[in-house]
Amino acid sequence: MNSNSTQPDNQSGHKPNNTALKLVIAAVAMFGFGFALVPLYDIFCEITGINGKTAGPVERVEQWVDTSRTITVQFITTNNAGMPWEFEALQEEVEMHPGAWTQVNFWALNPTENDMVGQAVPSVSPSEAAEHVQKTECFCFDQQTLKAGEGREMPLIFSLSPDIPSHVKKVTMSYTLFDAGAFAK
Amino acid sequence: MYFRTWQRLSSVVLGLVLAPAAMADWGLNMPQGITEVSQSIFELHMLIFWICVWIGVVVFGVMFYSIFKHRKSKGAVASKFHESLGLEILWTAVPTVILIAMAVPATSVLIEMYDTKNSDVDIKITGHQWKWQYDYLGEDVGFFSNMTTTEDEIYNRTEKGENYLEEVDYNVVVPTGQKVRFLITSNDVIHSWWVPEIAVKKDAIPGYINESWTIIPEGQEGIYRGKCTELCGVNHGFMPIVLEAVTSDEYQVWLEEQRAGKIAEAQAALGEFSYDELMVKGADVYARSCAACHGNEGQGLGSVFPALAGSSMALNDMAGHIDIVLNGKPGTAMQSFSAQLSDVDIAAVITFERNAWGNDTGETVTPKMIIDAKK
Amino acid sequence: MTTATANHDDHGHHGPAKGIMRWVLTTNHKDIGTMYLWFSFAMLLTGGVMALIVRAELFQPGMQLIRPEFYNQMTTMHGLIMVFGAIMPAFVGLANWMVPLMIGAPDMALPRMNNWSFWILPFAFGMLLFTLFTEAGAPNFGWTFYAPLSTTYAPSSVTYFIFGVHMMGISSIMGAINIIVTILNLRAPGMTLMKMPLFVWTWFITAYLLVAVMPVLAGVVTMMLMDIHYGTAFFDAAGGGDPVLFQHVFWFFGHPEVYIMILPAFGIVSQIIPTFARKPLFGYASMVYATSSIAFLSFIVWAHHMFTVGLPLQTELFFMYATMLIAIPTGVKVFNWVSTMFRGSMTFETPMLFALAFVVLFTIGGFSGLMLAIAPADFQYHDTYFVVAHFHYVLVPGALFGIIAGVYYWLPKWTGHYYNENLGKFHFWMSFIGVNITFFPMHFIGLAGMPRRIPDYALQFADFNAIATVGAFIFGFSQLIFLFLLIKTIRGGEKATDQVWEGAEGLEWTIPSPAPYHTFAEPPHVK
Repeated sequence: MNSNSTQPDNQSGHKPNNTALKLVIAAVAMFGFGFALVPLYDIFCEITGINGKTAGPVERVEQWVDTSRTITVQFITTNNAGMPWEFEALQEEVEMHPGAWTQVNFWALNPTENDMVGQAVPSVSPSEAAEHVQKTECFCFDQQTLKAGEGREMPLIFSLSPDIPSHVKKVTMSYTLFDAGAFAK
Repeated sequence: MYFRTWQRLSSVVLGLVLAPAAMADWGLNMPQGITEVSQSIFELHMLIFWICVWIGVVVFGVMFYSIFKHRKSKGAVASKFHESLGLEILWTAVPTVILIAMAVPATSVLIEMYDTKNSDVDIKITGHQWKWQYDYLGEDVGFFSNMTTTEDEIYNRTEKGENYLEEVDYNVVVPTGQKVRFLITSNDVIHSWWVPEIAVKKDAIPGYINESWTIIPEGQEGIYRGKCTELCGVNHGFMPIVLEAVTSDEYQVWLEEQRAGKIAEAQAALGEFSYDELMVKGADVYARSCAACHGNEGQGLGSVFPALAGSSMALNDMAGHIDIVLNGKPGTAMQSFSAQLSDVDIAAVITFERNAWGNDTGETVTPKMIIDAKK
Repeated sequence: MTTATANHDDHGHHGPAKGIMRWVLTTNHKDIGTMYLWFSFAMLLTGGVMALIVRAELFQPGMQLIRPEFYNQMTTMHGLIMVFGAIMPAFVGLANWMVPLMIGAPDMALPRMNNWSFWILPFAFGMLLFTLFTEAGAPNFGWTFYAPLSTTYAPSSVTYFIFGVHMMGISSIMGAINIIVTILNLRAPGMTLMKMPLFVWTWFITAYLLVAVMPVLAGVVTMMLMDIHYGTAFFDAAGGGDPVLFQHVFWFFGHPEVYIMILPAFGIVSQIIPTFARKPLFGYASMVYATSSIAFLSFIVWAHHMFTVGLPLQTELFFMYATMLIAIPTGVKVFNWVSTMFRGSMTFETPMLFALAFVVLFTIGGFSGLMLAIAPADFQYHDTYFVVAHFHYVLVPGALFGIIAGVYYWLPKWTGHYYNENLGKFHFWMSFIGVNITFFPMHFIGLAGMPRRIPDYALQFADFNAIATVGAFIFGFSQLIFLFLLIKTIRGGEKATDQVWEGAEGLEWTIPSPAPYHTFAEPPHVK
């Protein structure tokens, strides 16, 4: 076998080892790109508000309240498998004006004999409403620890921004409660 | 002469127009379904299909002509032409135009499918391994829906019923003539909820809520069967959906019955139940809710699903047995059944498990014991 | 390593080493190509047996032969083995054999890395297959292994699966780098890029796709490994992760992957049809541009596998339009093949039969693909047997027939013997009939509502399932004809000329049949 650097009349004049090195770097870069997709995906969701994900806490500002229309907001809760807490919204739905701030409380109780840590994950439907949901306080921002047998009310304080499209008349806010013991901070 | 040709042509056209519906009956084609959306999808499907057929006829026609005519054995001499910019442009531009023509109706149907606003009824659908859960928002009605086809039918020990693998204990009931919105999520892994006749399919993803909607026109009352369409574990093929469309009035009556049923269930739990009654009911609950994992004879499945026959929990540990059925076992596939089964059902199934298959503890678990355990 | 001078036509002292060490240590592209091909054939038969187990169970409603747990392992392993063990290594084997010969190079640019690329594979697949015999069982979450079924809910074999994927991925990446470096640097003088045979072009483009996306697959399985063993939460909502992210990253790899599995077949068919039509390939430049367009487009269509996941409307529309666009360059290629045949002087030896069947049946698979691209309609097709029909049409009478066609075409060059043409034609017709009986009915049962990945089905799907099973057994057993024919031809047969086929053109037909162990020690001059 010829060693490559003595190959006569090389058509392209490249040094093969340079090409190979560049390709290895490209492969490593693509591996890194795969991991970069993780934060990129979140950033994309946050910027566009699509995918039903809501943003983190905002400052409560006094904003214009659009009294010309009301939006029905429903609250639903789901327990993920292996999450035995009682978990429910204390109000099934509220009627609110865009721009108005409202508080809705949720109830959670740990019926087991062990202390547990839960994480509530929010999701909003329709997804176009998600970017208009403003929360100043939400139990979903942090992990919630309940001792064995402990129960408490957890608040959600939020508003729908006044520029929420007028065709949105019903918004469903869903919280799925997971056992976050493995990820306890 | 022309009339004859016209006759023949129109019968062909008529046949082609009617054929798709007929084909659906023979299990060859997608059903047209019962809603406007399902019909639009069906028409889109047939449009694309026929465009593909015609393109195929033309392309394969040229190809088969060539295979027949341009063979060396027939003395064909090969030409030398090997490029044509004009042709390349033509057969790039024409398909582009055809695709744009397809994209237009496709876009409008998709926009229609995404429009979930102004619903009259909202149903939350939760996928579990391996059953569906339905909650009617704002109506205080909710239940689980398990497949009722038995292990015996599946393993060929008895004859298969007419709705083999497509029957459940509790149908999801919806009213006709109203907009029904579905809010779909999952308790564990990704599932997918699909009813072909209404052309609704949406993935059920843990932590997310997905939306879809349907309007079943008045006059289309009936039973429509669906399936889980995302691999979700061992019993993915065994968690069907039965959608029952009823008139608005019947729907209101049904809602009332459900609410009354819940109250009746709670009251019944305070009543007296004999050992025999509990065993009969328990066997039924076991077949529906437990046998899929724990086996027909309580034999379990290797180390994946523990055996109940002869297990120390079923023989000795009544408190632990009640606890695990009520609260599940975190970190395993054993779910909490306190929301899925009534107190009577739970008492019955535990009684059954403690006495069947030679376990013979002679113990009776009453609904009152379950209510107490929940406190 | 001694350097050959212009006067010697081989390495001088001796031919290939004797015995098993020849194969373990070889850096010869012909040897390595042969090993890849035999390995891929063994994997084809292994994956095929799994398919027959699946089809046997699906012959009738009810569970007759196996339990659902094992069924899910069979479908998963069938997919993994066919994609990563059969189709991809077969194409690499053909590339190893033919690319140096077609460009007038003495071997691949990085021969020792080439040896590693091959030998990783038996270990990777040995590890994967070994999981079938563990108590936890083999991976059972589908070859697409969506989280959280493949993370939180996976059997313990998932870790072996992840390591196997890593190993196989490294093999592919190294192989791809080798091909790019070879093509860029070792072409004979006079062979400009636009004079390269189409098979070389399609592999060149495929190799770039591999370098770009196999690392992303490595990334996603690494994230899985971290979620399962190191307490991270890439895909677990409990820790702030997202199961849908898994699908995005997986399909970002997955879609280009399916083009990786078909582009070399396009190249093979583009060699075979001109040979047996005795006419140059129509639209060479156009074919190069079309293949490149397909490769570029393949990066921006991934979410068409996710139309029912709950994507926002604008996203869904974008991916629908981009996916429909791919039909255009693909169609251009089909038209060019037909134009190559037109007014040619055709004969129908076995390679040509497989190539022609490819054009027709791959196009049918393309049509069902176009139907699937229409997002609203896809809500009725997604995760049903309609999808199974589509991808089996493009992969079996598509990619696999392309590979088989290539093997028949180049077999006389490799072995020095013509294969028995009657047996070859018999293999073709049995395969053609079998493949259509198996997969055509799947369009119907998918449209009628049968989901994928189920071990048992409702009664209305019974008839077509039975037909498909019969077809599968016909197709499966027909491949034994091929095995018989390969061994027979290697051992003897009518002596093949250097030219082998009357209409064949290209540097590979200027060397003796069988091809000497070392070729093109001195590069030829290409006009």
